[in-house]
Amino acid sequence: MPENTDAVILDGVPAVAPDGAPVPVDKRDKPRSLWNDAWYDLSRKPIFYISALVILFLIVISIWPGLIASQDPLQCNLIDSQNGPSSGHWFGFDQQGCDVYTRTVYGARASVEVGIFSTLGVAVLGAVLGGLSGYFGGWLDSIISRVSDIFFGIPILLGGVVFLSAVKGGSVLTVSTFIILLGWPQLARIARGAVITAKEQDYVLAAKALGAGHGRILLRHIAPNALAPVIVWSTIALGTFISLEATLSFLGVGLKPPAVSWGIDISAAAEQIRNAPHMLLWPAGALSVTVLAFILLGDAVRDALDPKLR
Amino acid sequence: MGRYVIRRLLQMVPVFIGTTLLIFVMVWGLGDPVAAMFGDRTPDPATAAQIRHDLHLNDPLIQQYWIYMSNVFKGDFGNAWNQQPVTDLLKTAYPVTLRLTIVAFLIEAIVGVALGVFAGLRRGRFFDTGVLAMTLIVVSIPTFVTGYVLQYFFGVKWSIVHPSVGEGAPFKDLLMPGLVLAGVSLAYVARLTRTSVAENTRADYLRTAVAKGLPRRRVITNHMLRNSLIPVVTFLGTDIGNLMAGALVTERIFNIHGVGYQIYQGIVHNSPATVVGFVTVLVIVFLLANLLVDLLYAVLDPRIRYA
Repeated sequence: MPENTDAVILDGVPAVAPDGAPVPVDKRDKPRSLWNDAWYDLSRKPIFYISALVILFLIVISIWPGLIASQDPLQCNLIDSQNGPSSGHWFGFDQQGCDVYTRTVYGARASVEVGIFSTLGVAVLGAVLGGLSGYFGGWLDSIISRVSDIFFGIPILLGGVVFLSAVKGGSVLTVSTFIILLGWPQLARIARGAVITAKEQDYVLAAKALGAGHGRILLRHIAPNALAPVIVWSTIALGTFISLEATLSFLGVGLKPPAVSWGIDISAAAEQIRNAPHMLLWPAGALSVTVLAFILLGDAVRDALDPKLR
Repeated sequence: MGRYVIRRLLQMVPVFIGTTLLIFVMVWGLGDPVAAMFGDRTPDPATAAQIRHDLHLNDPLIQQYWIYMSNVFKGDFGNAWNQQPVTDLLKTAYPVTLRLTIVAFLIEAIVGVALGVFAGLRRGRFFDTGVLAMTLIVVSIPTFVTGYVLQYFFGVKWSIVHPSVGEGAPFKDLLMPGLVLAGVSLAYVARLTRTSVAENTRADYLRTAVAKGLPRRRVITNHMLRNSLIPVVTFLGTDIGNLMAGALVTERIFNIHGVGYQIYQGIVHNSPATVVGFVTVLVIVFLLANLLVDLLYAVLDPRIRYA
C-alpha cells in the first residue's frame, strides 16, 4: 500500500506500521511538538493564567453585560451629573449623569469587538499576503512588498483621522475596517520573513521531492512552522488596537455616542479631569488592564514558542 | 555609497506617489467636498457648479491628483478653508511640531536607551524587573489619558510647569508634552535595548574584549553598545513619523498650534487642501527618516557595506 506509506512520512508521526497494524503509542515516548512544548511551558506560568482569566472575563462580560450590571447604560439623569461615589453607585456618575460602573461594564463590548474584528482581519489578510509573497517570491513578492510600503508610509493615527473623517464613520465596523486597511502590512512583513525562513528548511525540500504541490506544502509544512510569530504579534496587537480605538474616539473620529465604549467615556472624562477625576479612573483603568492582559499573554506565548529569546 | 543613496531615492518615488495618492483619494474621493463646504445648507446649483469647476472636481481623480501634485512642486499647496494659503500654515506649524518632535525624540532616545542598557546589564535583578513592569504600564495606558493626568497634576494641581504651551512654543514649555508624546515609544526603546543588550552580553567578541583586559567602560561603549544599538536605531528612525502623527493627540491636550492642530482644523472646517498638504509633507519626512536610518546602518555596522 504505497499510498499509506506516503501519508505516514508526510504527517511525521507514524500512526500505522508498514504491515498495517496500529503502532502502540506510549505517551512518554511520543516526541513533543513545538505546540505541545509551548503548552507545557505556558501551563506552569501564573502570568499566563492571570492574563487569560482577565481576557476570558472580559469576553463573557462583553457578551452578557447584564450578568454584573443591573442598570441601563443609557438611563441617565442630569441631576446626578459628576456626582461622586454613593451607595448603589460605587463608581459615581459621569457628565451626563450616567452610572460610571454600568457604562464601564457595557463599554467592554465595543472595545472587544473592535479588537477581535480588526485583529482577525489583519491576521488573515497579512498572513495570506505576506505568506504568498514570501513563498512564491518574484514579481508577486515585489508587488505585495511595494503595496505594503505604500500603506506603511502612512502613520496609523494620521491615516485614521483622515480616513474616518472622510467616510464619516463612527461604527465598530468602519473603525475595524480602517485598522485592517492600515494594519496588515506590518503582519505581512512578519509572515513573509517567517515563511522565507521556513521554506529553506529540509523538510520542505523533502516534501517537494515527494511531489507535494504548492497548496500542500504551504498548508501542511510551512503554515504550522511560520504561525508562531503571527500568533504572538496578533495577541499583542489586539491590545494596541483596543487602545487605538480609544485614541480615535478621543480625536472625534472613532465611535460616537450614543454608542457605549471606553474610548468615548475616557475622552469625555479626560476633558473633565479637573472637576471629576473619578469619571476617568474606571473606564481608563478597565482599558489599561485589558491592553496589559493582551500584552502579557502575547509575551508569555512568545516566551513559550521561542525559547531562544529567554 | 553615492550610488546606493541614488537607488534608494529612486525607490522612494513610487512609494511617495502611492502614499500621497492614497491620502488624496481618501480625502477628495470618499466624501463630497463641495457639499461638505456648505454644511447643512444646500448650495445654489450654479455656485456649486462654479466651485466644482474651479477645484477641477469634474475631472477624473487621477487627473486632479496630477494637477495638485504639479502645483505642489511649484510650491502651491492650495488654500485653506479661510482662503489662507496652505503654504503659510505649513511654515508656521511645522517648526512648532518639529521642536516638539525633537524634544520627544531626545527624551525617547536618551532615557529609553539608558534604561534599556542598565536593565540589560542587570538582567533579572530589581532594576531590570522594575523597568520591565514600568514600561508595560506605560504602554497599556492610552497616551491621551497620560497626557491629561500629567497635565492635571504637574500643571494644575502642583503648578510645577505650565499646563499649556505658550506663544512660540518655547522649549521649557515643551518638556512635558514631549515626555507625554515620547512615553509609549520610550517604553518600546527601553525594552528593545534591554533585549538586544542582554543577547549581546553572551557574545564571543564581548568575552574576548573582557579577556584581553579592556576597561569595562570601553567594553560597554565600543563593543557592546555599537552592536546592540542597530535594532534600536531602526526603531528610532521609523518612529519619527509616528511621533509627528502622535503630535495630533499631544498638541490637542496641551494646546500647541502645530501640525496636529492644523490637520484637526482642516478636518473640522472641511478643508481637504489643508489635510492633504500637511499629510504630504509628513509622508516626505517619514520617508526621508527611513532613508537616513538605512544610511546610519553602514556607520554603526561596518559589516554592511553599500555598493
